[in-house]
Amino acid sequence: MDLINAALSKYVYVVTIFLMVAGLFVVVARANMIKKLVGLSIFQSSVYLLYLGPAKIFGATAPILDSDYTAYSNPLPHALILTAIVVGVGTMALGLALVVRIHEAYGTIEEDEIFEEDGEE
Amino acid sequence: MELLISFALFTLLGVVTVAIVSQRNLVAVVILGSIYSFLIASVMVVLDAVDVALTEASVGAGISTVLLLAGLKLTRTRDYRGQDPNVVGALLAIAVGGALVWGSLVLPPFGAPDAPIHQHVAPRYIEGAGTEIGVPNIVTAVLADYRGFDTLGETTVVFVAGMAVLLLLRRSSLQSAPPSDDEQPAMSGDLVLRVGTKLILPFILLFALYVQFHGDYGPGGGFQAGVIAASAVILLGLTLGLRRARRIAPPALAHAMIPLGVLIFAGTGVATMLLGGDFLEYAVLAHEAKEGHHLGIMLVEAGVLVTVSGTMISLFYAFVERGR
Repeated sequence: MDLINAALSKYVYVVTIFLMVAGLFVVVARANMIKKLVGLSIFQSSVYLLYLGPAKIFGATAPILDSDYTAYSNPLPHALILTAIVVGVGTMALGLALVVRIHEAYGTIEEDEIFEEDGEE
Repeated sequence: MELLISFALFTLLGVVTVAIVSQRNLVAVVILGSIYSFLIASVMVVLDAVDVALTEASVGAGISTVLLLAGLKLTRTRDYRGQDPNVVGALLAIAVGGALVWGSLVLPPFGAPDAPIHQHVAPRYIEGAGTEIGVPNIVTAVLADYRGFDTLGETTVVFVAGMAVLLLLRRSSLQSAPPSDDEQPAMSGDLVLRVGTKLILPFILLFALYVQFHGDYGPGGGFQAGVIAASAVILLGLTLGLRRARRIAPPALAHAMIPLGVLIFAGTGVATMLLGGDFLEYAVLAHEAKEGHHLGIMLVEAGVLVTVSGTMISLFYAFVERGR
């Protein structure tokens, strides 16, 4: 049992890091701006996991007081991430609004085509 | 069993992420993103973060998907062309990934009760939620009471983001054409969607109210309830047409709600100061401290509900109306 728990422990961190790296890769390597925004969302959600993973305690329950339980998972990261998610959709909408305006000005949302139009190298 | 579910969910998350990275069709990317949000919400339930899971399920899988699809429609992109493999991006990703793995080696084991994160303020919050504040949901107690100042900041960020989107996307009243009466949304022809929407709408709104007012005792609160209430209006707009949605939630009302909620939140803080307490010290609001906390939490959660639902509805209108 301890062995499985240890394996899960590593697995949680590995998947979290993988999501972070995948999000970063999409932001850097893809020229399409909507794809970049999706990549940014993936990166952001990996941060959620990075906060929520350590808050979990084996054998504890969700942090809602009940006379049947004594051990609760850590409520502080939950409160932090809860607000971060709603702020996250607000900032994503802001990015999307900028993409829409860029499309109206340049007729494309591919980064390299925009640079070309501006005459940059 | 729980371990098996955890392994399966984390594996699925990885698989969906690979699909998102490699997929070229952007509509598919957005839909996969919605699936990804549902998966991560399930992961959050496994991690005991039920409040967060409720938020992610309504925000990530619902609102984000609708906004991204609206963005795709406005930019008229479906696919993006292929490109050469990006060596710089791959190298950067590998380097960052390596550094993070190296850093994660010294992290305390997952699920251990004696990890440093559980030693500082958390035990105080868990104990105080029952004895000091009298709210069974500890997350609500931390969010609206112990860290109410922090939450006021977050609500203000939502307010600022909503305002910025409106400034970017709203046409001035001179430019905008009067709303045409003959508009027919693409989905209004579908009988099942039309009838289903009408049947489900009152229950969505009722559920939003339940989530709002039961937030002290179970998962929920202003953030989740605001998003769920907004999703009812968005569903109405998508299936029965914008005119119907506008009649129920006029854009002017939605716009006014964005600052109103922040004012309610900050006003609660000012009221506690006028009554002789500190900013957001709810105990002075009533004769008994616990009653004061209860009242204060209810007021600030109402403020959050107003700002969040107003922002989400305004965002929807802003993106949909830009396209016409």
